[in-house]
Amino acid sequence: MSETAKPAPTGRAGMKKQLPDRFKPYRHVWVYVEVEHGAIHPVSLELLGEGRKLADKLGCELAGAIIGGDRAALQDAAVAAWAHGADLVYVTADPILEHYRNEPYTRALTALVETYQPEILLLGATVLGRDLAGSVATTLLTGLTADCTELAIDEERSLAATRPTFGGSLLCTIHTLNVRPQMATIRPRVMALPRPQPGRVGRLVEHPLDLREEDIVTKVLRFLPDRDSGKAQLAYADVVVAGGVGLRSAENLQLVRALAEVLGGEWGGSRPLVQKGWMTADRQIGQTGKTIRPRLYIAAGISGAIQHRVGVEGADLIVAINNDAKAPIFDFAHVGVVADAMEILPALTAAFRRRLSVNRLAG
Amino acid sequence: MHSVVCIKQVPDSAQIRVHPVTNTIMRQGVPTVINPYDLFAIEEALRLRDRLGGTVTVLTMGPPSAEESLRKALTFGADRAVLLTDRFFAGSDTLATSYALAQALRKIGESWGPPDLVFTGKQTIDGDTAQVGPGIARRLGLNQLTYVAGIDALDLGAGIITVRRRSEGGVQELTTRLPALITMLEGTNEIRRGRVADALRAARAEVTIWNAAQAGITELTLCGLRGSPTVVKRVFAPTARAETAAFIELRDQTPADIAEALLAEITTRLPGIEDELLRHAAGY
Amino acid sequence: MEQERFDAIVVGAGPSGNAAAYTMAKAGLKVLQLERGEYPGSKNVQGAILYADALEKIIPDFREDAPLERHVIEQRVWMMDDASHTGMHYRSDSFNEEKPNRYTIIRSQFDRWFSSKVREAGATLLCETTVTELLKDTKGRVIGVRTDRSGDTLLADVVVLAEGVNGLIGQRAGLRKELKPDHVALAVKEMHFLPQDVVESRFNLKGDEGVVIEAMGTITQGMTGTAFLYTNRESISVGIGCLVGDFAEKRVKPYVLLDAFKNHPSIRPLLEGSEIREYVAHLIPEGGYHAIPKLTGDGWLVAGDAGHFVNAVHREGSNLAMTSGRLAGETIVWLKRRHEDCTAANLAEYDRRLGESFVMKDMKKYRGIPGLLHRNRHFLDVYPRMISRAAQIWFRVDGTDKRSKEGQILGDLRKTRGIRGLVGDAFKLARAWR
Repeated sequence: MSETAKPAPTGRAGMKKQLPDRFKPYRHVWVYVEVEHGAIHPVSLELLGEGRKLADKLGCELAGAIIGGDRAALQDAAVAAWAHGADLVYVTADPILEHYRNEPYTRALTALVETYQPEILLLGATVLGRDLAGSVATTLLTGLTADCTELAIDEERSLAATRPTFGGSLLCTIHTLNVRPQMATIRPRVMALPRPQPGRVGRLVEHPLDLREEDIVTKVLRFLPDRDSGKAQLAYADVVVAGGVGLRSAENLQLVRALAEVLGGEWGGSRPLVQKGWMTADRQIGQTGKTIRPRLYIAAGISGAIQHRVGVEGADLIVAINNDAKAPIFDFAHVGVVADAMEILPALTAAFRRRLSVNRLAG
Repeated sequence: MHSVVCIKQVPDSAQIRVHPVTNTIMRQGVPTVINPYDLFAIEEALRLRDRLGGTVTVLTMGPPSAEESLRKALTFGADRAVLLTDRFFAGSDTLATSYALAQALRKIGESWGPPDLVFTGKQTIDGDTAQVGPGIARRLGLNQLTYVAGIDALDLGAGIITVRRRSEGGVQELTTRLPALITMLEGTNEIRRGRVADALRAARAEVTIWNAAQAGITELTLCGLRGSPTVVKRVFAPTARAETAAFIELRDQTPADIAEALLAEITTRLPGIEDELLRHAAGY
Repeated sequence: MEQERFDAIVVGAGPSGNAAAYTMAKAGLKVLQLERGEYPGSKNVQGAILYADALEKIIPDFREDAPLERHVIEQRVWMMDDASHTGMHYRSDSFNEEKPNRYTIIRSQFDRWFSSKVREAGATLLCETTVTELLKDTKGRVIGVRTDRSGDTLLADVVVLAEGVNGLIGQRAGLRKELKPDHVALAVKEMHFLPQDVVESRFNLKGDEGVVIEAMGTITQGMTGTAFLYTNRESISVGIGCLVGDFAEKRVKPYVLLDAFKNHPSIRPLLEGSEIREYVAHLIPEGGYHAIPKLTGDGWLVAGDAGHFVNAVHREGSNLAMTSGRLAGETIVWLKRRHEDCTAANLAEYDRRLGESFVMKDMKKYRGIPGLLHRNRHFLDVYPRMISRAAQIWFRVDGTDKRSKEGQILGDLRKTRGIRGLVGDAFKLARAWR
C-alpha cells in the first residue's frame, strides 16, 4: 500500500463500488496452505482458523490450496487442513513443484484461482508467501493487502483488512472493491492457532499443472538447510523474555538470557538493540521483527512503542519491568513493575530457580 | 551491463508523531530518507558494476521532493537518476505503482539500453508489502529472485546468473537467465560512502524527470487512485486497552521481595504455568 | 587527474554559510559549500527568530517563498521569580506592515529553503561531508580543505569558516582556542504542538501575528542564562539556556531546568493542552566581544557563530551571522573583481566592514555585559525577587496608604541590597551597557 493513499472520498468510492459482473460468481474463502520440505507451515493452520470465521460470516465454504511435489506431504497437509476447518482442498501436485520456485508456483496458484474462483485468498506472510502473493496478485491484477493484523467482513460482504500504517503509529482498514479475489497476507502468530478436530474429513479436488520443466528458466541447484543449533525459535515459544534499551548495555542482556534459561524459554529484544548492534536481527520482536504469542512474556527495559506492542499483544500474560512509570508499555502490560530491570531480573531468576528446583525435588 | 535500482523515499518512521487532536500524521519536519532496505540493493548494483563494468541507473516514483533521495543515491556512485512524478500517480497502491515503474523501466531501456538486472529492496518501511518488486517482474517478464543474500556468479555473455536465496529453514542456490529482478535481503552488504568525485558529480547531476506521458504511460486508468484495486477506508488510532496493568507494590520492598511478589502474580494469573515451566526446565 | 579548484569554499550551511555562499555565487564566483549534516539545518538549533532586515539585504524578496511562521507584533520581556513575573510588553499594530520586521521560523525548514536558494544561485553543495583539515601551502597560507570522503582534496582561493559554535577546524588549524565554559551557553528547547486557533486565542492574535517572550530571573536557579517562548503557526517553541560553566558548577541538568520553567505558573497555562514534538539542545556563544577570535588570515576568514557573533543582551545571533556571512562574501567578491589575492592583509577589508556594521558595533557596546552578569549573579536572583515583592506591595490594594507602601518598598530595597549596593549596581550596569 503506498503511503500517499488517503481515505477515498465517498464520490470516488461510490464509483468503484460496482463489482463487475465477471467477478460475481467468485465465492468461498481460500487459504494457501504452505508446504515446504515435507512440512506444513503452522501459519497456514492459523489462517485456516481465521478463514473459518470469515467463511461462516459469509455463509460459504473454506478451502485450502495446496501446491507441491511430495505427494505424501501434500496428503498430510490435506488432512491437517480438514482438521483445522477446511471443507475442501485443491491440490496441484507435480515433480516440478518439488522445490519452491516463483514461476511454477505462481502458475499453479493462478490456475487454481482462475478455475475455481475464490472471493478471498489468504496467504501467510512468510518468505515464500510474500514472494508468491505479489506475483499472483499482479498476474490477476487484483488487490493485495500485506501484514494484516485483523480481518473482518463488512455489511457488503467485503473483506475489511486492517494493518498498521505510518510506521505503526496508526492502523488503517483496506478494501478491494472491484476486483476478485481479495488477497491478504498475514504474519505468523498474529492469528491464534485453532483447536483441531482430528478425524474431520473434507473433499479433495486435484488440478494438474500445465507446465513443463523445460519451460521454466529458474533452476534450483541445491538447498542448504540451516543448522538448528543457535537459531531462535521465538515465534512459537511459550515463554519469552526480552530486553530493551533500558538495559543500558549489551552486557546486561546476559540477565535476560539467564532468566529465559531458567524458564526454559526464548530470549529476544526490541528493534533498537539490533540497530545498536547488541543483538542479531533474528531475535528482534516487534512489527518489523517477529510476532510472538507466548503464554508468558517478560519485557525488561522496553518502553513499549506501538511497533513493539503489535508484535507481542497476543501473549497471554505480559509482564513489564521499566524504571519509567510513564512508559507506554504499561498501557498494555497485564502486570507492571516500576523498578530497575537490572535489579529485578536477577532476583526473579533466583526466585524462579528456587521455586522450580524445590518442586522438581518434591515431584 | 546495465542495472536499474528502484528506490523509494519514505518518512523516517521512527520520528512520525500523530496530532493528538486531529489524529493526522504530523509530517511537518519529519525527515525523509531512502528506504533503508533499498540501500542494500544500491550497494549490490554498484559492486556488480565494480566487477563487470557498465552503468547503474536509480529510479523512483514519488513527489518532486523525492529528487533528494535520487541525489543521495548518486552520491553513492550511481551513474544516473530518473524521477517519475505526476499528480496522476497520487494514491497509487502497489499494483498501480508496479504498472508505472514497469513502464518507466521500458522507457529507461529505450533510452540507455535494456536493463540486465532490476534491483529493489526487500520491502519498504512505510508499506511493508514487498509487492512492488514481484509486480514489476511479472509485468516485464523478468525472472524473479527475492530475498537474495548474495550473487555468486554472473555470466553476462551467456546471460546466466546464480544467487543464494534465503528461504524458510535454509538457503536455496538458484540459477536463472537474465534479465532478472532481484530483491535484496537486508544485512548482505554495507552501503559505501561516495568519494569526493562522486559527491561532486551527484551535486551537479541532472536528474531526469518524467511525468506519465514522458515515461510512456498511456493508460492513466491504471495509475493512481483509479488504478488501485485496494482502497483505504479508514485510518484510526489503536484503542487503549480497557483495564490497566496491575502494579507490584514497591514500597519498602527489596528486589528479592518484589521478585517473589511477581512470581506469585504470574503463577496466579497463568494457572498451570508452573507445570509447564517444570517440563521445559526438565528438557521435555 | 586535474584537481578541482574553486574560488571559495564555505564550510557550513547554516545562516552565515548560506549568506556567504549565496552572495558569492550570485556574483558569479565558483563556490563549493560543505555541510557535515545530512541536510542543511539538520545540525542547527535556534529559538527561532528571523530578522528580516538582515535577510532582505541578501535576498530582498525572501517573503515570496521562504517558510515563515508568524510575524512578531508583540514583545514581552519578563523578570521572573518562582511564582510570578514582572514584565514589559510592547505590542503595536505598526508591526503589521507589508514587510514585517521579525518572524518566528522553524530552522530545519528555513535552512533548507535558504540552501535551495544558494544552489539556485549556482553554488555546489555537498552534504554529509565533514571538513577534517585545512590545507596549507609551505608559507602557511590556506589553499583548500580535506574532507572525510576519500579521494581528492578540494582547493580554493579562500575558505570561509562558517562552521558554527563548536567548529573544530578553526581549533585544529590553530586559528582559534578551545571554547571556555564561561563563554558558551548550553540551551535546550522543545517544540510544543498546539492547534492554530488555540495559539491565536491564547495569545490574542489574528492571522499570522506572533508573540515573543524573553525571560530571565530565578528560573535559571542562580545561573547566568535566559529563557524564551515563541509562537509559531501551530506550535510553541520554549527553551532555556545557561553558561556551560554554571551548569557544571551547580550540577543542574538542562532538561530539569526546562521542566521547571515549563511548570512555572506564568508559563504552564501557555503550554496547556500542547504536545511535545521535539527536544533539542545546542551551544550558543556567549563570551561577547572579548571572546571573538581572529577573524581573518592568509586564505581564510570566519563568519557566524564560529566568530562568536552573538548579542547576549538582545538575544540576537542569526542576524549577526547572516550579516557577517554577507560581508565575508562581499569582501571576497570585491577582492576578486580587483584581481587581488585573499591574503591576510587584503582580507582585513572584512574586519573593516564588520567594524562599520552593527555587528561589531553592538558586540563592542555590550562587551562588558558577560563579565558583569558573571560577577554579579544577584542580578538574576536577588533583583527578580525584590522586584516581585515591590510589585506585590504596589499593586495589592489592602487599605494601607500609598506613602506607607512606598516606605515598605524602599525599606525592602535597602534591606536587600542597601543604597550603596543599588547605586553600585546601577553604575555597573550603566557602564557595561554603554
